[in-house]
Amino acid sequence: MLNNSFRFTPHITLEFKIEEKDFFIASESASRIKKTLQQLGIKQDIIKRTAIIIYEAAMNVAIHAIHGALKVYVDPEVISVVTEDVGPGIENVELAMKEGYSTAPQEIREMGFGAGMGLPNIKQCSDELVIDTKIGEGTTLKAKIYLNKNHE
Amino acid sequence: MTEYFHSVRLDFEKCKGCTNCIKRCPMEAIRVHEGKATIMQERCIDCGECIRACPNHAKISVTDTLDILNDYKYRIALPAPSFFAQFKEVENVECVLHALLNIGFDDVFEVALAAEVVGFLIHQYIKDNKIKKPVFSSACPAVLRLMQIKYPDLLEQVAPVLTPMEVAARMAKEDAMKKTGLSYEDIGAFFISPCPAKVTEMRNPMNTKHSAVNGVIGVSLIYKDIIKQILAIKSKKNEDYEKLHKATGLGMAWGYVTGESKNVDMGKALAVSGIHNVISLLEEIERGELKDVDFFELQACTGGCVGGPLNIHNLFVGRVRLRELIKKCGIQAPYYTDKQLIDLYKRAHFEATEPIKPKTIMHLDEDMSQAILKLEQVDKIASELPGLDCGACGSPNCRALAEDIVRGVAFETDCVIKLREKVKTLAEEILDLARIVPPSMGDSSKKIEEK
Ligand SMILES: Nc1ncnc2c1ncn2[C@@H]1O[C@H](COP(=O)(O)OP(=O)(O)OP(=O)(O)O)[C@@H](O)[C@H]1O
Ligand code: SF4
Ligand code: SF4
Ligand SMILES: [Mg+2]
Repeated sequence: MLNNSFRFTPHITLEFKIEEKDFFIASESASRIKKTLQQLGIKQDIIKRTAIIIYEAAMNVAIHAIHGALKVYVDPEVISVVTEDVGPGIENVELAMKEGYSTAPQEIREMGFGAGMGLPNIKQCSDELVIDTKIGEGTTLKAKIYLNKNHE
Repeated sequence: MTEYFHSVRLDFEKCKGCTNCIKRCPMEAIRVHEGKATIMQERCIDCGECIRACPNHAKISVTDTLDILNDYKYRIALPAPSFFAQFKEVENVECVLHALLNIGFDDVFEVALAAEVVGFLIHQYIKDNKIKKPVFSSACPAVLRLMQIKYPDLLEQVAPVLTPMEVAARMAKEDAMKKTGLSYEDIGAFFISPCPAKVTEMRNPMNTKHSAVNGVIGVSLIYKDIIKQILAIKSKKNEDYEKLHKATGLGMAWGYVTGESKNVDMGKALAVSGIHNVISLLEEIERGELKDVDFFELQACTGGCVGGPLNIHNLFVGRVRLRELIKKCGIQAPYYTDKQLIDLYKRAHFEATEPIKPKTIMHLDEDMSQAILKLEQVDKIASELPGLDCGACGSPNCRALAEDIVRGVAFETDCVIKLREKVKTLAEEILDLARIVPPSMGDSSKKIEEK
């Protein structure tokens, strides 16, 4: 019998560095990845959800953390979006997930951010969401979107 | 009808292969190979950017000609609102309408009048919450075709109303049937167009099965004849002319950007023109920004339809002139009463009957695993290209060349810098070979040195 235990899954990973207060990288990476997903022939509603997750997660790193990175992994089954940052961490994740909760300072709000809708949006767009955070160290956010599953 | 009909084409003889156009195309649809530009048919949205960009006038828009009038017993001209802004000789709209009659049309119907109706219908749709907000205008076919390819998830928010051109054709024919007793087939309606995308739209309409427009004639084709007639009309000042002009100033304002928003007159509207601006805006919207806007008026041509590539005059000149005309002869009282308009709305008379379908054409392969592998190749090739995006290879940028190589339609040596590297290596190899001397002719001086 042939050994079938190892099967190579074609996949692609995209990485972006996020510097502090870099408000452009979020939209730039979202549209770059959107183009990539279109080239892979991924369905439009999935592309849209992925773009929202990327934008909101990267924005959170730029606004609330010191610096970090965004990684997007795609294979024929799943897209996963990961942001890792060095920053203050999130004190109360459950509270942070609530619509309208935000600790964004005044100057950020004046730029039109800080509505407290980022994390709830990410939650709504992903099939799985895990947030790991350590106060004073940083936060890791992992969101998964399955390509062949219905999303409510 | 072929799947890809396009008004925008190449004049092969005139093209010098200069590559000026390839970078301006918002769809990365143009390539230059063997000294001539080609348009990738499935990508082109007929926006006309390449017509503006080409210094050699090698990009053209093919429209119908006046010959098509011969196929019909009763011929109606449908002049676009921006048409009236093309003549510095005129002080009024009436004169242009009569000039149209003089060059062979039996009747005229201002598209501006239909635009008022369309504006009202969209207003009602938004008011009655019949469509998800924000609502997008359905008037610019180039923008809709862009959305089909790049922003398909926004398509369901496009106003389900026919274009002013289409509505004008239907209203004009209905009127003409009553007036003449002729049958529908005997009556021809012809849009006088500033716009290549309208030619394509008539052939392959997006939101209705069949267009009621029978021909789209480019402004530039009839321009000289119209000027002649205008001068003739002006010289016979005292004659009494039948009054043909019916559109209000509001309807006429549809000819430049913000005009449609004024007609729709509903909530917070944002009007953006120029295809590259429209793309940046759609990127923002797709990401969920600008949620507080109720209506987006998006136009591919900078300045709106006055900036159409088939118009004669500079868009700013056109805009000023149209404004002056509106001031001078825009009618105040609308031709159709509110009751008539409400009735049209209720009868859904000018409602879109077909959904605008997304088009997937950007993918590298039908099979996703294959597409991923191809994308890896694209990344690898792109990382080895110089990244100057010079366009000399005939693709709009280095990454597009990498994609073309993977699609099998270009070679790495199409890149002049890559080619130079290859030549250099080759030259060095040849030089090395040239240095090798047959053993029988051994170099005696070298042997001496070695000692
Ligand atoms: N990477 C992060 N590091 C530290 N704190 C974070 C991070 N991401 C989110 N938070 C905290 O969670 C809160 C809620 O985040 P969320 O994205 O929902 O809203 P926001 O960023 O404040 O506003 P909006 O996203 O609407 O602009 C933030 O105000 C912040 O206190
Ligand atoms: S008309 Fe527009 S989309 Fe078509 S080739 Fe020209 S620039 Fe590109
Ligand atoms: S701009 Fe394009 S179409 Fe015009 S001559 Fe140059 S390559 Fe040809
Ligand atoms: Mg946020």
